[in-house]
Amino acid sequence: MIAPANHRPADYSPKTALQKKLINRPRDVVTESLEGLALAYPNLLNIAYAPPVVWRKDAPVKGKVALISGSGSGHEPLNTGYVGRGMLDAACPGGLFTSPTPDQYVAAMHAVEGGAGALFITKNYTGGLLNMGMAKEMAEDEGFRVQTVLVNDDVAQNDPENRRAMGATVLVEKIAGAAAEESRPLDHVAAIAQQVADQARSMGLALTGCTSPRIGYPTFELPADEFELGVGIHGERGRQRRMLASADAMTEMMLEPIIQDLGLTEGDNVLALVSGLGATPLQELFIVFRHLHHSLAQRGIPVIRQLVGNYITSLDMAGCTITLLKLTPELTRLWDAPVHTAALHW
Amino acid sequence: MTRDVTLEQMQHWLLHYADQIEQEQATLTRLDAAIGDADHGVNMQHGAEKMRAKINDLTDCHDIDVFLRTIAMTLISSIGGAAGPLYGVFFLRASKEAGPGDVISLDRLAQMFQVGLESIQQRGHARLGDKTMVDALAPAVEALRLATDAGQSTTEALAVASEAAEAGMLATIDMEAKKGRASYLGPRSIGHQDPGATSAYLLVASAAATLGN
Repeated sequence: MIAPANHRPADYSPKTALQKKLINRPRDVVTESLEGLALAYPNLLNIAYAPPVVWRKDAPVKGKVALISGSGSGHEPLNTGYVGRGMLDAACPGGLFTSPTPDQYVAAMHAVEGGAGALFITKNYTGGLLNMGMAKEMAEDEGFRVQTVLVNDDVAQNDPENRRAMGATVLVEKIAGAAAEESRPLDHVAAIAQQVADQARSMGLALTGCTSPRIGYPTFELPADEFELGVGIHGERGRQRRMLASADAMTEMMLEPIIQDLGLTEGDNVLALVSGLGATPLQELFIVFRHLHHSLAQRGIPVIRQLVGNYITSLDMAGCTITLLKLTPELTRLWDAPVHTAALHW
Repeated sequence: MTRDVTLEQMQHWLLHYADQIEQEQATLTRLDAAIGDADHGVNMQHGAEKMRAKINDLTDCHDIDVFLRTIAMTLISSIGGAAGPLYGVFFLRASKEAGPGDVISLDRLAQMFQVGLESIQQRGHARLGDKTMVDALAPAVEALRLATDAGQSTTEALAVASEAAEAGMLATIDMEAKKGRASYLGPRSIGHQDPGATSAYLLVASAAATLGN
């Protein structure tokens, strides 16, 4: 007995243990999903499985800084959906909600490095940092040049060192990807990535937990009239449980701390990302975006660029995250630059 | 009374640990579901499978340092998350401390646990009381050192180390997490046993079950 009876997690009933998902064997979910991705984008992506790496078909691009992003699976389209011209050169998909291993980064380096070094984009999680740190040491031992950028945009955490990465990850990858495509040197690309990370903040809420296929029951269950405020993207509970309110009121609960933390003032231009967590209809996301747009306009903070949809998810969790990025003319221009990936293209 | 530990015993230790992880996989996962992201059991089981296969393949290995280094690299490339690098650096650092040869003294084993713990703390920045694997390992390392210096046998010394690890693991229930995913919950992490401390306790308990004489 490795946990005392009164602290042993409750056994789940067979009813809730029967998950309703379009899967074969739970242990094959990540691999089979990657196989499907490869078949869906034959002209865009190369995919290897041992270790798992997804990289753009035209890599290595000579003289271009390579952007490599690692992340657990279960956040699709992050990051595999962002591999392609104008964004990532390679993504290293880990297990479900599990950061990838160092050998995945090193394999990605060999596949995509074009002689100008690489930028590793890392989300601020203990495992992500540890594995990426080891990967950087291993790649540098092989003579590669590597810089890193840390994304930590979640204002639900009071301690900035402990802030999780959320939607800003997508914005960093898009904007740094555009800078790399302009053949800028590694220092510049890293500086722009850092600027985006520094000027973006996020907050999320959950209406339900999520069910990892390897586990088969939800990470938490909520009464019908409550929601979790300040959640991350790994099915964990939020900072607080609150009574359900209107979409406008719940949007305001996410928006206010972001505005305060970013120190946004009248006249600032922002990019807004409203991302579903996996099981929320677009219809509801647009209702959230509607209020967010109005509320910011009333404060004299116009939303001049936006993205609404499922861009960084947490399996089948219902709810959403909001991300605001304080724009500059250069960041806006790089955001507008062409991108050709599975999930973003213009 | 011999106080030596052999390579063969170390192989038994880690095979035993792999069995323990597989037996307790569901419990580790449920502990993690309560305060983390519910992947600790699954990830550790993946590492355990790879570790068992590697040990069974390593028939011509005659040095403890080579053996432990191979274990470290196997865990680093198979577990993922925070646990992979942390257990990985524990064995990597322990392998350097062990050095070549197929037998080490109990004193050296205690030293290996000490430097292994230090490397985990250097990488993970966790201190005692942060509700992590350190809370099980640190008391075990201290107990192992005291018992070794007091002249106890390997069996006795590892038994007290295992008891200390278990007490440390149980003490995480009342702690508020300061590191890792559980820390995102703040005070809501109190009242739950830490899954990392639990898998770390199993490592020490497996040592107690296999390395004595």
